[in-house]
Amino acid sequence: MSGGAGKRTLVIDLDACVGCHACSIACKGWHAARPGTVLADEDAYGPAPFGAFLNRVHSYEVTPAERPAQVVHFPRTCLHCENPPCVPVCPTGASRQRADGIVEIVAERCMGCGLCAWACPYGARELDPVAGTMRKCTLCANRIDDPARSEDERIPACVRACPTGARHFGDITDPDSAVSRLVAERGGYDLMPGFGTQPTSKYLPPRPRDALPTDAPLPKLVPEGGIEHWFDRLLARD
Amino acid sequence: MRPAPSVILFTVFSGFGFGTLALHGLGLGTGAAGWAAGFGFAILGLVCSTFHLAHPLRAPFAFRQWRTSWLSREAWACLVALAVMVPVALADLAGHSGLLLAGAIGAGLCAVAVFCTSMIYGQLRAVPRWHHWTTPALFLVFALTGGALLADSTMLAVGLCLGLSGLLAAVFLAGDRRLSRSGLTPGHATGLGGAGRVRSLELPRTGPSYITRELIEASRRGRSATLRVAAVGLSGLAPAVALALLPEAFAVLAATGLHLAGALCARWLFFAEAEHVATLYYGGHISEDG
Repeated sequence: MSGGAGKRTLVIDLDACVGCHACSIACKGWHAARPGTVLADEDAYGPAPFGAFLNRVHSYEVTPAERPAQVVHFPRTCLHCENPPCVPVCPTGASRQRADGIVEIVAERCMGCGLCAWACPYGARELDPVAGTMRKCTLCANRIDDPARSEDERIPACVRACPTGARHFGDITDPDSAVSRLVAERGGYDLMPGFGTQPTSKYLPPRPRDALPTDAPLPKLVPEGGIEHWFDRLLARD
Repeated sequence: MRPAPSVILFTVFSGFGFGTLALHGLGLGTGAAGWAAGFGFAILGLVCSTFHLAHPLRAPFAFRQWRTSWLSREAWACLVALAVMVPVALADLAGHSGLLLAGAIGAGLCAVAVFCTSMIYGQLRAVPRWHHWTTPALFLVFALTGGALLADSTMLAVGLCLGLSGLLAAVFLAGDRRLSRSGLTPGHATGLGGAGRVRSLELPRTGPSYITRELIEASRRGRSATLRVAAVGLSGLAPAVALALLPEAFAVLAATGLHLAGALCARWLFFAEAEHVATLYYGGHISEDG
């Protein structure tokens, strides 16, 4: 743990995400690398697989009043709230917040009651169907603080995998960090701030698309009348 | 929310048991059968609650976080209430009436236990139908009514039965009205509502997940007017009629059976109808607008 006053977190760019699910797969893959962190699947190769994922990528259609509809791909994961509702409800103390803001679960103490998953308004926690303990994103705590890795490798697996650079990782409390500058420039926002969770993770809104063209139709290529006009009418679709 | 049998049986039985113990502790009920039913249902309910746990053997850890967790407080309150009630029950059965103060304290602790149970659900802002003062009120009135059925005063039981049915019906309707005006839409949840109308185009998975099974599927089936009428009728109105009309020998048994059936029905609806806010990410709507 690096500790300190800083709060490292994710900033997700909804303008850049293309909905490829690479973050979900990289997350699953990274956790599968160690027996203690496997995000297990029940019936993984059977007809009805059922497994735990810490990243889920939704797709929404957003229809503005006077513009064409646009698709927004929307990765959803733990937002590492400053005031996480999942922590105080835990009766065993398995769910806790580290000094550096990362919300984590002590698996050996989790009795699998599921109350923390009920308390999270974002639906970010999933019960491991095989281990019977709650699972959640730790921002790859064993990656980002691994001294054996070079500085640019100390980022969560989802950020490392994102092909479009839609996921940014950094210290949100440092106003000069890349993530803080992005949030300031692009108007980064909190999900459902009314719930009092104070998420550290921010979303960068999609930029508005162009409006529908309202220009006059294309000018005619051939003047009215004459043999060219007759050919034009003959060959035109209507 | 998924209406898991374990939590339905837990809340109904432990509520009924603690309600019975409370009224017996106050001296409103006497006799071995009532005390046995009180302890039996309270303990049965707590046993049922452990079936909800993926790791029931770790349940003793649940006593640790009483400073913040209502589930932990509930564990303590149940244990203390049962412990205080044991000597009160033994004294009552032995014919002593000197433990009235201890009985009153025990009754208060039973009420605290039921209140803590209700706050496990009432505390959750993420489930707006539950996050309201009517949740603890409903749990407490359910417990009180169940206890009154096994107490000595028929008038009290009939009055509480009618009050319970009225409260339950009001909570159903007030909850619907509150949520339809809550402004909880996919646009609100994603923060994209300002840009336009938001509709779920594609789900993030091809099969079910823990989130969809536990938080989302049940409430998306919609509301059942039939079950609501059954819950209101069976939990209060039918037991009141049974107590008033049936001969005394059958009346208490029939009224208790009807009330428990109604309470199970009402508690099933309490879970099945409760919308979790995360449903908004999966294309669900809680509010009518947007």
